[in-house]
Amino acid sequence: MADPETGRKSGDVILDIKNISLSFGGVKALTDISFNVREHEIRAIIGPNGAGKSSMLNCINGVYAPQQGSITFRGQTFSHMSRRQVAEMGVARTFQNLALFKGMNVIDNIMSGRNLKMKSNLFQQAIRWGAAQREEEEHRAFVEHIIDFLEIQAYRKTPVGRLPYGLQKRVDLGRALAMEPQVLLLDEPMAGMNVEEKQDMCRFVLDVNDEFATTIVLIEHDMGVVMDISDRVVVLDYGKKIGDGTPDEVRSNPDVISAYLGTSH
Amino acid sequence: MLGPVLPKEWLVQTTFPRLMLDHAKARPDAAALREKSYGIWQTTTWAQLETLVRRMAGGLAEAGVRRGEHVVVVGDNRPRLYAGMLAAQALGAVPIPLYEDAAAAEFVFPIRNAEVRWALVENQEQVDKLLEIRDQCPQLQRIWYDDPRGLRKYEEPGLQSIDALVEAGAARVQRDAGFFDAEVAKADPQDVAAMFFTSGTTGNPKGVVHTHFSLLDRAAAGQVFDKLTAQEEVLAYMPLAWIGQNIFSYAQWLACGYVVNCPESAATVTIDLKEVGPTYYFAPPRVFEGLLTSVMIRMEDAGAFKRKLFHACMAVARRVGPDLLDGKPVALLDRIRWKLGDWAIFGPLRNSLGFSRVRVAYTAGEAIGPDLFTFYRSIGVNLKQLYGSTETAVFVCLQPDHEARADTVGVPVQGVQIKLADNGEIMIKSPGLLKAYYKNDAATAEVLTADGWYHSGDAGFIDDSGHLKIIDRHKDVGRLAGGAHDGALFAPKYVENKLKFFPYIKEAVAFGNGRDRVCAFINIDMEAVGNWAEKRNLGYAGYMDLAGKPEVYELIRGCVEQVNADLAHDVLLAGSQVTRFLVLHKELDADDGEMTRTRKVKRGFISDRYAVLVDALYGGKAEQFIETAVTFEDGRSGSVSATLKIADAKTFAATKKAA
Repeated sequence: MADPETGRKSGDVILDIKNISLSFGGVKALTDISFNVREHEIRAIIGPNGAGKSSMLNCINGVYAPQQGSITFRGQTFSHMSRRQVAEMGVARTFQNLALFKGMNVIDNIMSGRNLKMKSNLFQQAIRWGAAQREEEEHRAFVEHIIDFLEIQAYRKTPVGRLPYGLQKRVDLGRALAMEPQVLLLDEPMAGMNVEEKQDMCRFVLDVNDEFATTIVLIEHDMGVVMDISDRVVVLDYGKKIGDGTPDEVRSNPDVISAYLGTSH
Repeated sequence: MLGPVLPKEWLVQTTFPRLMLDHAKARPDAAALREKSYGIWQTTTWAQLETLVRRMAGGLAEAGVRRGEHVVVVGDNRPRLYAGMLAAQALGAVPIPLYEDAAAAEFVFPIRNAEVRWALVENQEQVDKLLEIRDQCPQLQRIWYDDPRGLRKYEEPGLQSIDALVEAGAARVQRDAGFFDAEVAKADPQDVAAMFFTSGTTGNPKGVVHTHFSLLDRAAAGQVFDKLTAQEEVLAYMPLAWIGQNIFSYAQWLACGYVVNCPESAATVTIDLKEVGPTYYFAPPRVFEGLLTSVMIRMEDAGAFKRKLFHACMAVARRVGPDLLDGKPVALLDRIRWKLGDWAIFGPLRNSLGFSRVRVAYTAGEAIGPDLFTFYRSIGVNLKQLYGSTETAVFVCLQPDHEARADTVGVPVQGVQIKLADNGEIMIKSPGLLKAYYKNDAATAEVLTADGWYHSGDAGFIDDSGHLKIIDRHKDVGRLAGGAHDGALFAPKYVENKLKFFPYIKEAVAFGNGRDRVCAFINIDMEAVGNWAEKRNLGYAGYMDLAGKPEVYELIRGCVEQVNADLAHDVLLAGSQVTRFLVLHKELDADDGEMTRTRKVKRGFISDRYAVLVDALYGGKAEQFIETAVTFEDGRSGSVSATLKIADAKTFAATKKAA
């Protein structure tokens, strides 16, 4: 979707999902899902509880291996990738229920996102000498930019477990950003937040998209948020795709309305 | 650089930009400013500052800033905003710092009043505010922002980054190297240097006009008084629009040549304070109170042994500490006890508060509670009080070392004359008095007499030791009418302050002028009362719920009655005892117009807004329903409603002793 005002959002497909089906035993989590994600856009996946949103994200992310279908990332097609491969290709994610190291401080949590970029080995890092020290300093400088970007300077040395939920979510986002991702998968970034925290998070998501030109795929329940910040929306219901388009198109799609509001019989 | 009283000629001849050039010449590599950015303190030397100011001045001149024009400066303490003020002054333009947390609408008056065409702002937030009011301020031509984040896609005419300003200026400087010095040379110390809009409790704000001379004379008076040197470290974290911050981190910075440190963000101030370890520190009482509250809350959560040790040491400190600081004779054993306490508790405590290196600390702006004041003195922080206002360029009275007291504001500092008007109002003559209120001759004539005396608007007196003592705002001092104390003096601020000295009470508003007795609104302190409730397993859903709890009412009643008992000791003020009170369901907030930006309650506004509550207090009702419109932090508005209980408090018969 090219933005008519700036023309910045180009239309190249960066991630193409074709005919994905995933089942756990007899339970069909996803059935024949196809959609694509274009470079620099904010793409939302919405749907009622149990619609298969997180499963979809987990397929892209390499956590689940879909039985059918393929995922094409920057022209390379896979039916299945390991999580590490996905991360190395520049896909990062945040988690619905947070998966931070609660006992570690904010800096260390975000530094852990730099793991893949570190060249020195465990031993070198342990004695922190020569190249390893220089490398750590470079990574630390990068982490400082993220801390500044997310406005969490006051909590650098605070153990993450002691931070309020909204801030933990921000640290989670920070760790994903530390990977310098090309595609960022956000699993319900606004869940459980109050209005103010949601607004902050929206601003950060838009800023990430804007400043780092990161492509963002997000799952979200809050319809207001989704309609406000996404460029295009995919709607899932019972593992099937029932809508795909701009927020306005999706909003007026009768299938989507009935999935969300129920149908009168 | 201590000791000698600065020669008059030095002051008469100099201006802010010239002082900056002097420092850059004398000590080019010494630090002028530090700013924490990306986690590391970055230093700007005087030489670097000079280069930056030259370029910014060049950029401003290119844009068309003319001598005598106004430039608004909006943002936190940032080196480039400081440089921007110097650059404006170098061209003979007048910087007007505005409160960065003000709502957009509050900018309209100053910008229109001073016909401002130029603005230097910190970031997107401030840019948004100025753009919001742009159609009401069509003359606003250029807005330069320091931090480009989020602004890349803005396409507004006249919106530019400070980077672009500096770049344009660099070209100008290269073309015409002598222009800056020529412009600086044109300035006269009696020229207007800066304008500050007072937050005024009523009506439109007034622009207080100060010259280079009036600000620098006072800066130097303070410098001599406290023997400040170029070695001082200062943390600048209060709004630049507040004259206190401006004197401490701008006028005195340039007068003394010390280092001003800019914190990373408002949220990191306590961390930065610890890292910087300022030697010269200035804060309103509420900051000291906030620090103390956080210490006390953490102590309450500490283990039994630590708590015991802390309280034992603090008892010694309270008994011995202030006398030690005042240089009074102290028994050897007590000295040893204090030293032990210092080793175990006070030293580490000062360190964790960031006060290890503080040589001189001041508090001003509001009355400070005696307990609070004594606490800092007793652990060895040389906290003192001063008296002054925007109109007097701060320094009127200062407490000398060894003479710090909680209930006075010090002795008149060099150059100041004080007298009391017949009606008890304090009158001041000083070189630091304002030149005028901008475009407001009527208001100027009201406060400045023909022979140069300034009406401070404060009521007070000079005590036996020569210290000035303030009772209240002169116009607020009222009288009770009717009832048992007919005609008795009523000093609302005095009563409110006594109430506020309790940690559980955040704000209080006392009523009584022209009435037969005194009643009060109370705002509880969420943190302190919340902690108190948790300790008692008292559940609550939020501020409103907590404020309405019967247990909380009992707690507050205890505080009120203690104040009453205290007031009863003073024959003059015995009538000011609080007979009935209520705990408000919402916090008084500057966004709702209930307080000024410096957090002073607007009593008149509050009594109008909550008229039903005042009537209920005096009408003897037991409870009252109220619905109030509120403005949320994000600017939206809504309303809250509640049924408030009204409680009676015991009063005491006046005792003979006069205070």
